Amino acid sequence: MSPESSKRFRVSAYNFGFLDEGSKREIRRSTLKAVAIPGYQVPFASRELPIGKGWGTGGMQLSLSLAGSRDTIKVIDQGHDDSVNAVSIRHLIQSCTQVEMTRDSQAASLIQSRHRIPEIPLRKDQILILQVPQPDPLKKVESHEKKVKQLHADKDYKGMWLHLYEDISQWGDISISADYPSTAHERYLFAPSPLPRWDVPKLNHSEALCLLGAGREKKIYAIPPHTQVTPLAFDDVPFTTENFGKASCKNCGADNVYLDEFIDDETGQKTYSCSDTGYCHQRMAERRIQ
Amino acid sequence: MGYVTVTGGQTAIEEAEKLLHHYRTGQSSHPLHPETIEKQMRLLVDRIMGEGGLYAPDHASLALKQAEGDPAEAAFLLRAYRSTLSRNFYTKTVDPGEMRLIRRISSTFKDIPGGQVLGPTYDYTHRLLNFSLREETEEDFSEFLEAVDIDSEQVEQTPSFKKVTELLKAENLLADSEMEQEQEPVDITREKPAFPLSRSARLQSLARGETGAMSALAYSAVRGHGKVHPTIGELRVGYADIEIEYPGRENESLYIGETMLTEVETVNSFTETINNQAGGLNLGYGLVFGHNELKAISMAVLEHSLATEGEAPVHDEEFVLLHIDSVDSSGFISHMKMPHYVTFQAQLNRLRKFQEEEGGKPEDESRKQ
Repeated sequence: MSPESSKRFRVSAYNFGFLDEGSKREIRRSTLKAVAIPGYQVPFASRELPIGKGWGTGGMQLSLSLAGSRDTIKVIDQGHDDSVNAVSIRHLIQSCTQVEMTRDSQAASLIQSRHRIPEIPLRKDQILILQVPQPDPLKKVESHEKKVKQLHADKDYKGMWLHLYEDISQWGDISISADYPSTAHERYLFAPSPLPRWDVPKLNHSEALCLLGAGREKKIYAIPPHTQVTPLAFDDVPFTTENFGKASCKNCGADNVYLDEFIDDETGQKTYSCSDTGYCHQRMAERRIQ
Repeated sequence: MGYVTVTGGQTAIEEAEKLLHHYRTGQSSHPLHPETIEKQMRLLVDRIMGEGGLYAPDHASLALKQAEGDPAEAAFLLRAYRSTLSRNFYTKTVDPGEMRLIRRISSTFKDIPGGQVLGPTYDYTHRLLNFSLREETEEDFSEFLEAVDIDSEQVEQTPSFKKVTELLKAENLLADSEMEQEQEPVDITREKPAFPLSRSARLQSLARGETGAMSALAYSAVRGHGKVHPTIGELRVGYADIEIEYPGRENESLYIGETMLTEVETVNSFTETINNQAGGLNLGYGLVFGHNELKAISMAVLEHSLATEGEAPVHDEEFVLLHIDSVDSSGFISHMKMPHYVTFQAQLNRLRKFQEEEGGKPEDESRKQ
């Protein structure tokens, strides 16, 4: 911690994990209910945190309520360990828990992420926590929470099917790029958070527990291990993921990964690098050893 | 202790914080004392306490100092601090009818029991910039206090008055309220209430709402996008005693302090029906922390609008209550500053796919614009 910030935030003045124990317990109770009903959005009170709403307060509350002194935590934003918001969140979690932090997805027991799932498949002893801006996929077709709740209860998803159909009739394919509406175990339609399509299949029958937290919207939901996750699609217009053609990472050479695109200032040439920086660094380190 | 990354992001954040500190000092030789803010920025402090949902003038003043006076940031600081406090007690019901008033007006009756008390108000001041305040000194303060001789003891002991709405009630002019009688109010900071909200949850949401957002919506309601045009039955500003149940002793109270409150009761035309019930005047209710009349009146207008059916946005409780919270709205609006590289890449990927398939059609479309 820099001297500047330690002057600002006295750790000893706050409880382990920032929130008071009662609040953490409430969040864990809601989490347990979420695990019991895959894809169902469990309401919770949601506390204000020292970071802005919309900046990961849902994921953060899950992390803070679950973190114990023996945990090792990885925080990524857009796949990146050192993105400013990942740095900020990591810093806060560490300041108020003192738990070990890592960049190595395989060394982490908790991974808090925004918009990405690590490239290396997660294990059953790991928990993935995703930050969610808009937890309800049906908000696209019905803006009122009261009505949306009824639609979920009735498993009435025809509004969404119609939305997808209209999309195809206008564009020839479904235009939704991220946050692709999917079904959890053939029951609840859920928003996988703004993951690119690339990451959605990773949720299907995952070994790890995936928790999704929306702080501003006050909802927690979960995709437990071995849950069937099915992106909505038609028989004749199947779900497809992003395609990067023959491009590969300029740093580590990986080609079967989600890539960030760069334009070279001088040459104007397009280059690519891994979006998952932890994975990329690991590959580069392995190469150096060899 | 784990590793601390020192990277581009980390360094940038630290440097940004230093710069912020630099800007906050304003390179001034006089650090702003929180107490000065508390005493002389009274209305701003009150506003922050209301939006922050924490009645703590000293904390609110500190938050304002730290946030360079940005109300959204200051309210946010208070809310975040609030999250760390455990809830030990619930106060007993406060009766605003018992408030010690500093101001009390009615627009419905000229003559009200106890009389109208104008109190401290900007309403009838002329908004002329007072250039002499530039040179105001400590001596000016004390001279003024001596000259006007306001006995603060006496101010503190202003009696309480019967409420104007009691008169209407006695005359049988109020509509029979079909409002639910809740035994125990919900606590929106401890559970997420489901829509439709109970009245207590609505009132709590409104009480924490952002002043500007609420006045904009209330303005829309009275300007024609809504079915209300109320009259202020009574607006009162004063101090209310706060008591809790004496721990371990039932039926005994413990006085723990006082809060300044602004309470507004609006009277609405008998032609506006609540839940299709006619037959009397309908009330709208607003109660907020501190001295904040604009918000209290807006709250009363919105409270009544939400209890009235109609097509305008102000009659839609999800629309109103989910968009007036300053921490929610400022957080989400500012989150757009965060990187969205991954999702934007995904969007580009879709667009390029469509362009390939349709032979450049979307490009042609964009050229037209």
